[in-house]
Amino acid sequence: MKILVLVVVVLMGSAVQAQTVSETLIRNATVLTVTRGTLTNTDVLIRNGKIAAVGKNLNASANARVIDATGKFVMPGIIDCHSHSMLDATNEGTLAVTSMVRTQDVLDPTDGNLYRALAGGVTTLNLLHGSANPIGGLNSVVKLKYGRPASEFLFPGAMPGIKFALGENVKRSSTPNQPGVTRRYPNTRMGVEEVIRDAFTRARDYKRAWDEYRAASAKDKNVIPPRRDLQLEPLVEILEGRRYVHAHCYIVSEILMLINLADEFGFKIKTFQHVLEGYKVAKEIAAHGAGASIFADSWGYKIEAYDAIPYAAAIMTRAGVVVSMNSDSDERARRLNIEAAKAMHWGDLTEEQALKTITLNPAIQLGIQERVGSIEVGKDADVAIWNGHPFSVYSRVETTFIDGTVFFDRQQDLARRSERAKERATLEQADPNKPPARGQSPATPRRRPPTHEGGEIEQEEERP
Amino acid sequence: MKILLTICLICVPVLAQQIGNPTSQQGVTPPRGVFAIRNARIVTVSGADIENGTVVIRDGKIEAVGTNVNVPAGAQSIDGRGLSVYPGMIDAGTNMGLVEVPQGANGTVDTAEVGDLNPNAKAITAVNPHSAHIAVTRVEGITNTLTAPTGGLISGQAALINLIGTAPKEMAVVPQFALVINYPRIGGGGGGFGGFQQPVNLSDTLANNERQLEQIRKMLRDAEAYGRALDAYAKDKTLPRPDRNVVLEPLVPYVRGQQPVIFRADREAEIRGALKFAEEMKLKPIILGGNDAWKVATLLKEKNVPVILTGLFSLPPREDDAYDALYENPSRLQQAGVRFCISTGDAGAEVRNLPQYAGMAAAFGLSKADALKAVTLYPAQILNVSDRLGAIEAGKMANLVVTDGDLLEIRTRIRYLFIDGRPVVLSSRHTELNDAFKNRK
Repeated sequence: MKILVLVVVVLMGSAVQAQTVSETLIRNATVLTVTRGTLTNTDVLIRNGKIAAVGKNLNASANARVIDATGKFVMPGIIDCHSHSMLDATNEGTLAVTSMVRTQDVLDPTDGNLYRALAGGVTTLNLLHGSANPIGGLNSVVKLKYGRPASEFLFPGAMPGIKFALGENVKRSSTPNQPGVTRRYPNTRMGVEEVIRDAFTRARDYKRAWDEYRAASAKDKNVIPPRRDLQLEPLVEILEGRRYVHAHCYIVSEILMLINLADEFGFKIKTFQHVLEGYKVAKEIAAHGAGASIFADSWGYKIEAYDAIPYAAAIMTRAGVVVSMNSDSDERARRLNIEAAKAMHWGDLTEEQALKTITLNPAIQLGIQERVGSIEVGKDADVAIWNGHPFSVYSRVETTFIDGTVFFDRQQDLARRSERAKERATLEQADPNKPPARGQSPATPRRRPPTHEGGEIEQEEERP
Repeated sequence: MKILLTICLICVPVLAQQIGNPTSQQGVTPPRGVFAIRNARIVTVSGADIENGTVVIRDGKIEAVGTNVNVPAGAQSIDGRGLSVYPGMIDAGTNMGLVEVPQGANGTVDTAEVGDLNPNAKAITAVNPHSAHIAVTRVEGITNTLTAPTGGLISGQAALINLIGTAPKEMAVVPQFALVINYPRIGGGGGGFGGFQQPVNLSDTLANNERQLEQIRKMLRDAEAYGRALDAYAKDKTLPRPDRNVVLEPLVPYVRGQQPVIFRADREAEIRGALKFAEEMKLKPIILGGNDAWKVATLLKEKNVPVILTGLFSLPPREDDAYDALYENPSRLQQAGVRFCISTGDAGAEVRNLPQYAGMAAAFGLSKADALKAVTLYPAQILNVSDRLGAIEAGKMANLVVTDGDLLEIRTRIRYLFIDGRPVVLSSRHTELNDAFKNRK
């Protein structure tokens, strides 16, 4: 508890004092608009949280904050289409179908990794349930409003989504057989298909029952409604095109299985997540109309990832698939700019195509493309100023805005450091925080589960 | 055919794919020869850049570098106009070739032996020259790795290898470079941080760490004694002949300070502990990991102990650490005069990202020139092979990368690659899968 107090106090000290200025003028930058090319010596005017104007020699009102961005680059805030940040729980893995659980109920807005992602120019996350079961929990699309309550993170108007998962994680391949413990069904990719088919068969009947009830109740007020089923409701929303499916998968057979199953039941897969072998069946994915949200790396760490190649983004893009690069990791989230640039290095995507993989494309995949993902008048002022081209390994973020408000600023961060160091030193010397005497257990700090990152492979099984 | 090819190469600016043995990806080592890279920008790293220079490679070595260099008759020539020549990059913190698929395929994992004390486990014995990771890594300009075992307290011996060769022996630059010790950590020696599931009892853990350190100490002392006994017997055959001991014998040069001992240590207390232990045992330490090295910079400088930094792309260890604490680690060490190099710390698959690690260090305070050194000259110095690797100078091993731009930038392409003077085809498992599927209709 003592250590917890210390951590919380120090963290609070580090939170950006988000400044609300109604008008900001970013002057003389190179602007990567994503949809309208790269504009040099260009100003971006932000007013009331929106991009009010993009052009040369713009005027702002007298009280506007003016930032000289000469020599700097402005790009849209990065959108990470696969994250488990700020989730106090990731996997409800006890059942094969857990569409009744919601990530929205376990958001931790104090997660310090949110601030680190902001420092990498990220402004929006797709928070997904883990991959322990064929049909997982519901997602949350959030803006990274670090320092605000969780309710203010939720992205208004984002399409609701759900996590599906296929392959090794779902089969529980890395979970050893425990004596006396029955393995959870399914155990094979055949069983995975059956679980999803069964769920949608039930959901179709459930939908029919409700449709019939609604039709009947219009005529007769005394008809008894069907019993609500919180597991099947989200699946009905999928069948009705009101909820996006984000399906974790790796290999060809399972990708095609889900496409066939979705076609049969008449719904769409919005994104295949990871989809490391998607490049082998790019035309089938494109024909279904699904997007792909992938990694440039993370090849070979398990058998189903052994055929992953960094050229996948380029191959799928050329086949007509909307491709995004995601992090699935609080660590990688901080450098998605470089992950996008990898699609130029491996596979020769153009700069604009590569930029789209972390901006407009994930926005499309989350149904928020009218709001974010490019620098256009009328869109949300979610932008980051970089000290160099964001595709250069030598560049870093200077300032990150969400809805026109600064949520990360490097100069502010640097300015606070000596004060924070003093605060930490003071707290460490405070009586309750002195190291315990030998022979006593110290208080246990509250630990977050390790995130998906290199070296913690045992967790990876649950996460991506 | 060979002559025809050679003529072609001299006449026209050639494509990378045309030089070298097209089967080298399958693990057949291409032959050495005489090559000249002409009219290129040569980034020597150890000295000034040379504009419009020529590098001549003969029989595995750099024969000549400069602006007034004659191209030998019969040399295969590369038109280097618009291109840059760099020394190959070196990652000093990997398990390259010891593991293919870490999860769900134990048969491909050869990183950690059973038990805590395995000084006789030699990475060079188990390195798989035909691992897909090797070609995937080298085609990005990384020509050398230090490949280390990982397990227990004394993990074994690390090998410095060239990323080419049909057999481990062909790959070896220094087959037994260093002994690797996992300095005992909070939460268990060599293992992960166990605090998530189970509350850490600090005093129990400290006592356990002390016991683990004592285990290491005892084995090193035994090795000293064993070495002395061998020496004594060598001088005086009337003494009892010591039984040969295959576990202690490889330790002798390390306990005598003749060869370095790599300590895996990230936290401040671990680094300080490792330095103290190395001093007590008169070892020649190198720190591997070094996340908190910036906090120990003064001491590292004072003891002249180098650090192989592997954590640049890790999340800062403490929640209240500055967001760029690990990005800034290299520049802080540089300012403090500590010897360091930058490593991915990756097992193998993502060692190819090494230039991005160095780039990130340059985004946060390190000069671009030092960032380049941190993956070329500095690791060569720390690995005690700067007479052979890490810079472009006559007489050095011809591990060279020819690029169309800044070596560390992700958008740069590698155009030619030489390792050990052998022209390497720029193909890998990934280029092959790309070629197979990119045009599927």
